Amino acid sequence: MCLAVPAKIKSIDKKEALVDFGGVQKKISLGILDGVKIGDYVLVHAGFAIGKVKKAEAEDTLKALDELKEVSKYESA
Amino acid sequence: MKAPKIKLMEVCGTHTMAIARAGIKKLLPDTVELTVELVSGPGCPVCVCSQSDIDRAVEVSRIKDVIMTTFGDMMRVPGRRGSLEDMKRKGSDVRVVYSSLDALNIAKGNPQKKVVFMGIGFETTSPTIAATILEAKKQKIRNFFVLSNFKLIFPALEALAGSKKNKIDGFICPGHVSVITGSIPYEKVAKRYKKPSVITGFETIDILKGIERLINQIKNREYKVEIAYKRAVKKEGNPTARKILGSVFEASDSEWRGLGIIKKSGLKLRKKYRDFGAETRFKVKIPKTRKMRGCACGEVIQGIKSPRDCKLFKKTCTPQNPVGPCMVSSEGSCAAYYKYG
Repeated sequence: MCLAVPAKIKSIDKKEALVDFGGVQKKISLGILDGVKIGDYVLVHAGFAIGKVKKAEAEDTLKALDELKEVSKYESA
Repeated sequence: MKAPKIKLMEVCGTHTMAIARAGIKKLLPDTVELTVELVSGPGCPVCVCSQSDIDRAVEVSRIKDVIMTTFGDMMRVPGRRGSLEDMKRKGSDVRVVYSSLDALNIAKGNPQKKVVFMGIGFETTSPTIAATILEAKKQKIRNFFVLSNFKLIFPALEALAGSKKNKIDGFICPGHVSVITGSIPYEKVAKRYKKPSVITGFETIDILKGIERLINQIKNREYKVEIAYKRAVKKEGNPTARKILGSVFEASDSEWRGLGIIKKSGLKLRKKYRDFGAETRFKVKIPKTRKMRGCACGEVIQGIKSPRDCKLFKKTCTPQNPVGPCMVSSEGSCAAYYKYG
């Protein structure tokens, strides 16, 4: 229920934005989040952007995930 | 020496599912030196909805000219007279929506009908419904109504932290509720009840990091709030969302499955927005609540019982034929145990 998916802001029209979920595009509301710019990453929940996601931190986690993959490769070898 | 046994609660249903999917429980230490156990909490909104709230939605869906709208998870939760899905089969107009804005659009497109949104969810979801109600008021849409079954997580956390029935050593706190609330409201739970609390993300690595930080706090006898999901959660949360929520709703006492009535743990519409309240607009007779025999959802939600301790689990209660809400919801503990073992 509290699932929220990160998406990139493509365009903004007043309180509405077009976002990209890695290929799938959808219109969402910016009604409960201020200060959103084109190119920002936001978390989308039930048709609304609820918060911004920091790109550098997101990449940090992705890097950690990659490291984990390396470990499991080593362990299964 | 007796091995330290640590019991952590993942509060959020999305965490329950992520933990089950990744098989994290099987990875946790279970040795002479250390045992770590994870139990699920009350963070699945479908699961904590009281029986009378479900029955009310079912009754309202049977009223002539009503279009009942709700999130998909709610469709199959059994009420005394059946589920919303059963009512749809019998001819009621019940529709699944992704967003409350979709329900508002249905109202716009069907001015002769009364469109009711069965609202459930925590602080992540309720601000989106508050924004939708503001929009309905602005656009003067008068055939849109909300059943307000929203819950606030902090009063429930306090009830669990103070409970003697389940000795929880620390909380894996909900990542997306915290995007809205920030980390400050957890301070009270951490300090007053001496419960380490770590706000955690939803990737496997996030959850493992959260568990590591909790174990470290317990080892060092620290009781603090940490954010292990910094890419999304700020200490101050999302103040705009909270302001919108507070302008439309106010706290009210609310009944939780398993936990009973918790003071100021729900939301009701403020006077200015009462016209959007489905509870006052549609007076329905709710069948007397009867506890479903054998169903342990109430104990499962509190982390007192595991789904495996329930007599009905995998026997009379399955995802195809659910008895309790924890088996219906895709985030319920019973559904997670059924699917991933």
